[in-house]
Amino acid sequence: MFWVNVKRIVRAGSVSFWRNKFVSLSAVLAMTLALFVIGGTIFLSEVFNATTSAIKDRVDVNVYFITDAEEADVLAVQKDLQGLPEVKEVTYTSRVQALDNFKARYKDNTLVMQSLTELGQNPLGASLSVKAKDPSQYEAISNYLKSNGVLSKDKTSIVDKINYFENKDAIDRLTKLSDWANNFILWLVIALVAVAIIVTLNTVRLVIHISREEISVMRLVGASNKYVNGPFIISGIIYGFVSSVIVLAILFPLSYWLGQFSSFFSGLNLFTFYMSDFLRIALIVVGAGLIIGTFSSILAVQRYLKH
Amino acid sequence: MIYFDKVSKTYNSHTHALVDISFSVEPKEFVSIVGHSGAGKTTLIKMLLAEETPTSGKVFFESANVHKLNHREINMFRRRVGAIFQDFRLLSDKTAYENIAFAMEAAGKTDDEIASDVPHVLELVDLSNKAHNFPNQLSGGEKQRVAIARAIVNQPDVIIADEPTGNLDPINTHEIIQILKKINDLGTTVILTTHNKGVIDSLGKRVITMEAGKIIRDDKEGRYSL
Repeated sequence: MFWVNVKRIVRAGSVSFWRNKFVSLSAVLAMTLALFVIGGTIFLSEVFNATTSAIKDRVDVNVYFITDAEEADVLAVQKDLQGLPEVKEVTYTSRVQALDNFKARYKDNTLVMQSLTELGQNPLGASLSVKAKDPSQYEAISNYLKSNGVLSKDKTSIVDKINYFENKDAIDRLTKLSDWANNFILWLVIALVAVAIIVTLNTVRLVIHISREEISVMRLVGASNKYVNGPFIISGIIYGFVSSVIVLAILFPLSYWLGQFSSFFSGLNLFTFYMSDFLRIALIVVGAGLIIGTFSSILAVQRYLKH
Repeated sequence: MIYFDKVSKTYNSHTHALVDISFSVEPKEFVSIVGHSGAGKTTLIKMLLAEETPTSGKVFFESANVHKLNHREINMFRRRVGAIFQDFRLLSDKTAYENIAFAMEAAGKTDDEIASDVPHVLELVDLSNKAHNFPNQLSGGEKQRVAIARAIVNQPDVIIADEPTGNLDPINTHEIIQILKKINDLGTTVILTTHNKGVIDSLGKRVITMEAGKIIRDDKEGRYSL
């Protein structure tokens, strides 16, 4: 008998959704807007990640060695650094390469080029460019370099300077910004989900209010709570599902259009992101739709449980 | 079977809809309750159906106090009482068939029982060809017949009809009353409220007359005399 009841309730809810097109359309519209906002947040957080990653990637710490440093020693330091868990990569620029880069950069500046020729020798030392996995780790890496043995064989430091301490401010600010932004997005998502729930809750409540005469007729005929409330909850679930499908559909052309602005989003093409991550995003949106639809309609229906 | 014991209902502390109503109805009786508008007929029905609670007094259905029933017992009770109203009270997004079937679903009947009983009862009220019409596709008389079909499909002990012909023309009125008489002949108690003189006079059954919330007459073979 249980399954017969479930079948009847599901059928009643579905039929009601279909036959009350105007009401269903209004409810679906409200939920679509709410879910769209949630879907948009997923995009927003992805854009944010891409942008902060791009910025973080530009940040690095450069270790400049004295011109007398042996290449073997420099390479040894590079190997050391690469072994650190905080380090993402270390790029070695030899003295020769540094000079070439310098010449290429200032080739149109006759004064600089002339000074170089007059010097006669390579004034530049080798350098290592260190990229950390997270900006907050640069301090640790730089301290390691300062304190550890970046000594040459005769125990004098071969490190000329480390530009972390000059850029410390910028790096600190970037770290703070990144943390703050992550926090902000988290709270934004929570707030938006709350808004989505409230919007859906009120929509379903209105739907139930509109049906109050029907509800009283059902009670008159002796229908129990499950027969009165069940179909509304089913309708709520259907609203949630249909809305989420509509949102996923809208995101296709939208992300495609936004895809062309990838340079603005630091190289992130939202369309390819949407395509490649579709299953995860679909799961989140449909899941949210179903959960919010169910939760809101159960809450809205409580009002009529107390007869 | 049904017993009203000094039932009173007051709204807003100065509107006395029912004053000290006491009467009983035996099984298989056909009782008409007459009175002007505002006499208290509909309020009396509301008391009986437990739609509202009395200010004082008790309503008994087969020795159970109707207003002391819990939620589930009230549902069971309502399934043994078929109710028909002046405004039909059909579910607007269900067809005639589905409206009647809903009453059976609410009573926990199986799909097989529904498939056999609903067409049968539609035939009884002569609406087999309109089974799949929605209420807004039916005339007033047809809607009332669907309501009657719904009321009788669970074979209730008593049918309560509150001004069932109020929105109908004379021909439909006559038909509806004939159907109710037939149902009563088959053994179901019928309680009918009306202010239609012709209906009362043609029935020749028990008539309870109400005025200003009180019962002023109770005739075994009454005629309309207001």
